[in-house]
Amino acid sequence: MKTRVIHWFKFSSPQNFYFLAGKMWPWFAALAAVLTLVGLWISFFVAPVDAQQGQGYRIIFVHVPASQMSMFIYLVMAGWAGFGLAFNTRLSGMMASALAPTGALFAFLSLVTGALWGKPMWGAWWVWDARLTSELILLFLYLGFLALQASIDDPRRADKACAILALVGAVNVPIIYFSVKWWNTLHQGASVSLKGSSMASTMLTGMLIMVVAFWMYAIAMALVRVRNIILDRERHTEWVKHAVA
Amino acid sequence: MSTAVKPVGLGHVLLAVLRRELALGFRQKGEVLTPLVFFVVIASLFPLGVGPESALLLRMAPGVLWVSALLAAMLSLQRMFATDYADGSLEQMALSSTPLALLVLAKALAHFLLAGLPLVLMAPVLGLQFGLEPRALGILMLSLLLGTPTLSLIGSIGAALTLGVRGAGVLLSLLILPLYIPVLIFGAGAVEADAAGLGIGGHLSLMAALLVLSVFFSPLATAAALRISLE
Repeated sequence: MKTRVIHWFKFSSPQNFYFLAGKMWPWFAALAAVLTLVGLWISFFVAPVDAQQGQGYRIIFVHVPASQMSMFIYLVMAGWAGFGLAFNTRLSGMMASALAPTGALFAFLSLVTGALWGKPMWGAWWVWDARLTSELILLFLYLGFLALQASIDDPRRADKACAILALVGAVNVPIIYFSVKWWNTLHQGASVSLKGSSMASTMLTGMLIMVVAFWMYAIAMALVRVRNIILDRERHTEWVKHAVA
Repeated sequence: MSTAVKPVGLGHVLLAVLRRELALGFRQKGEVLTPLVFFVVIASLFPLGVGPESALLLRMAPGVLWVSALLAAMLSLQRMFATDYADGSLEQMALSSTPLALLVLAKALAHFLLAGLPLVLMAPVLGLQFGLEPRALGILMLSLLLGTPTLSLIGSIGAALTLGVRGAGVLLSLLILPLYIPVLIFGAGAVEADAAGLGIGGHLSLMAALLVLSVFFSPLATAAALRISLE
């Protein structure tokens, strides 16, 4: 080949993607580690103390990126799922199931950090705020996905069933979010708002770096996990025997 | 009753499936009555749990009745496809020239008639126990009438996904309950909004919108899920 055309569909075969992912994940992992260190350094030592919340606000640097990632990963997962259903590619389902645990982890992390933040600021571990409630429901959706995956033995069937569930969930996420929001305003929930004041620019920088760091972490983890899934599902093949030998 | 269908007339097929489901339901009365009894028992447990204070019960009533109805409707979901799956008739349905989504729609409608409608009719009796006013009872019934078909339709997706799967019952609830949340919010919200002197138009319109959306989309998702389960 003279013109260096990359045949992208080459990587839709699990075997090729296994080696590609093997080359990629250390870079993403390294970036994640470096960015996390920089981001945490900024958030702990550089960013100023908040006028209203004191030191306690610093959990925002983990909380906000985790919440964002938990929502975004669900959409990516549903995207892979839809792709898998449309093109009947095996790798898509594997990617979706590789992303799900990371997404669930971020949703959980977001809830835990939210609770830890809420206790000193609002005086309660949990309030039925629209965002908290939607995040909790998102965690339920992730758990449903993981449970369905775990209870179907045939991996191809599990992938397809989970793909439908992920798509149905993705359609429902906005509906759930707005209904919970409306429910909350009707019920006169906790009258607190998170975004009261505008942010100092160092805070914003720190948070953006943490967001990118979490992205890199999620990508690295998904790649590592998809490699394991590929090995597990292709264990009867020759190339796997060579690869792990 | 003959279930032989002509290749023409989707309406005929829909009706035939509906009649078949209803006939099966009426022959197994226990399976229709059990969710209803469950509904009554669950709703009666709440006052025992929180105490007989009538002001508190009155405030809780819409939510409690809606949650109980939702759980009761879920109880019989698993049966929607399980018996047809076991005896092979589901496979015949999938093979037939009629779109599977349409058959699924008929099955969901039958589920609503057998599992949802009895709850709607039973709800006012339980509402009286909680001290709801006649007006509130009417709105509760109306909201249940609009909401339970949506529950059957969304539930059919879960029933199809968990078909022939280990621990299907618990799994089904884990998959479906988060998706039921909007219906619960607007259903119980309608009764509360009326009690608070706000209009119920918004709530009912949104519930109707959810119903329309699920009538269109969920049979498609269910049919796709069934085909995967039948593979």
